Amino acid sequence: MKEEFNIISNLIEENTRVLDVGCGNGDLMKFLQENKTKDIRGLEISKEKVQNCLSKGLTVIEGNAESDLKQFPKSSFDYVILSQTLQAFLNPELVINELLKVGKKVIVTIPNFGYWRVRLQLLFKGTMPVTENLPHEWYNTPNLHMCTIKDFYNFCSTKNIKIFKSIALKKSRISEINKANLNYKNLDSHLGIFLIES
Amino acid sequence: MNKNIDTKKIIISNPLKLDCGKEINNFPIAYETYGELNSEKSNAILVFHALTGDQYVSGKNPITNKDGWWSYVVGENKPIDTNKFFVICANVMGGCMGSYGPSTINETTDKQIGTDFPIITINDMVNAQYELIKYLEIEKLFAVVGGSMGGMQVLQFVANFPDKAKLAIPIACTSSHSAQNIAFNELGRQAIMADSKWENGFYSNYKLNPDKGLAVARMAAHITYLSEKGLQEKFGRKLQDRDSLRYGFEADFQIESYLRYQGSVFVDRFDANSYLYITRAMDYFDLSKQYKGNLSDAFKKTKTKFFVISFTSDWLYPTSENREIVIALNSIGADVGFVEIESDKGHDSFLLDVPSFLKTLGDYINSTYKIINERRI
Repeated sequence: MKEEFNIISNLIEENTRVLDVGCGNGDLMKFLQENKTKDIRGLEISKEKVQNCLSKGLTVIEGNAESDLKQFPKSSFDYVILSQTLQAFLNPELVINELLKVGKKVIVTIPNFGYWRVRLQLLFKGTMPVTENLPHEWYNTPNLHMCTIKDFYNFCSTKNIKIFKSIALKKSRISEINKANLNYKNLDSHLGIFLIES
Repeated sequence: MNKNIDTKKIIISNPLKLDCGKEINNFPIAYETYGELNSEKSNAILVFHALTGDQYVSGKNPITNKDGWWSYVVGENKPIDTNKFFVICANVMGGCMGSYGPSTINETTDKQIGTDFPIITINDMVNAQYELIKYLEIEKLFAVVGGSMGGMQVLQFVANFPDKAKLAIPIACTSSHSAQNIAFNELGRQAIMADSKWENGFYSNYKLNPDKGLAVARMAAHITYLSEKGLQEKFGRKLQDRDSLRYGFEADFQIESYLRYQGSVFVDRFDANSYLYITRAMDYFDLSKQYKGNLSDAFKKTKTKFFVISFTSDWLYPTSENREIVIALNSIGADVGFVEIESDKGHDSFLLDVPSFLKTLGDYINSTYKIINERRI
């Protein structure tokens, strides 16, 4: 978690306007508030989590990214962050489009379904993968649209979305993803972090 | 009402031009305060009351001898902690607890003003209360807070005085009174005016009181403050002090008895004309119309932080209407938080013991106070 927060924080310029979509209990918001910018908002679907955020004095709105991002004007945030949430939406493509409208830049992080530990579980055990990063069973997972680093990379190029920076994370090891090492990073990383722009 | 209890009062001498066109001056505004104003004058919270509320937010209400109407929220070690904050609440203009209203005595005739009182609006109420803030010499409030009609006053206050509050918390309210809201208010007014003792509003001249009409108005309104589920769970078809139906029109059911009781205690503390005037003010409230149909424009000049709260079972001021306020604020990039609190207690939730509401509100106010003070905005 900490590494992911650090990477995200390093992608953000100081004193900019940030929206964290699916902000959970506000841990990342709090981290960025202390390290980068005071001007940060959150959107979260769970009432309980929204209340936890508000209790900490964080500016959070209860709402659903799939329907409620529309109320923000175009380019009203310098950065919009979507941390490990894309896979939980009914329509990830729509959400990405909405994010790109609301934010000048968008940071998306993806739990990589192409990670070798994940692949091995399906290959050898023949069951849906359950890992530290993906702890749910197939019957109770909130993750409707799992994807791999390579899937997202390809998605961006098909949809003409500019990738400014793509970073792979394995445990605490950070490396850059590029066209040449894509297949390897897709196998060897548990998390992908993308800074994109429409 | 009309009881000789010492209320804190100021006489506002500045002329105030009302929305109806009439100008008033030298009129009283009654208020109460709790806690101490700190030396920087940075801990003041102005609370706005709802339709039938008054200035007695916390502690014992000297008129009713009951707890103040927001005792769950305001008081020592409560979500709005009076050990820390200086809380101000004024009786709204049009009310009957000492502020300028239809039961105010006209000194030249020595009679109550009655329906010679001008029609007032939420805007007029807020402008009058701003005079109180000036009188208390508070340059900037830490917060303005209120539920229901109190929430409408919060919105109007920030629109009128964009740099006079750091934080605004409108709860269970709307930016524009809906047809359903107006319909219920009209029902209440008609009940009062249909009472033969109303005498066109001059009942006090004849030592009368349209208490039957006012009680019916309160009973009807009270239903709108609850939820179907809450009513069913609390009362169901339970009978009142009897084992079987009596085949008559007495209060067989507990819910009937409860509503009759609510009506009867209300008439002892509230003036029928005040009920007419204040419900009218609510019906006339349409903030977006004041800004040519664009609600966002009401808040364009403000840097005030907003926190909007609604309740799941509130069908009088539903979440959708509270959300419209949030959307208007978001569309201009204002600083706004929002949550819908889970509760079966209907619109009245904001007045009752709803733990997740009280906790979220208290934590939010306290952390925001800390953050704002640290940043020294």
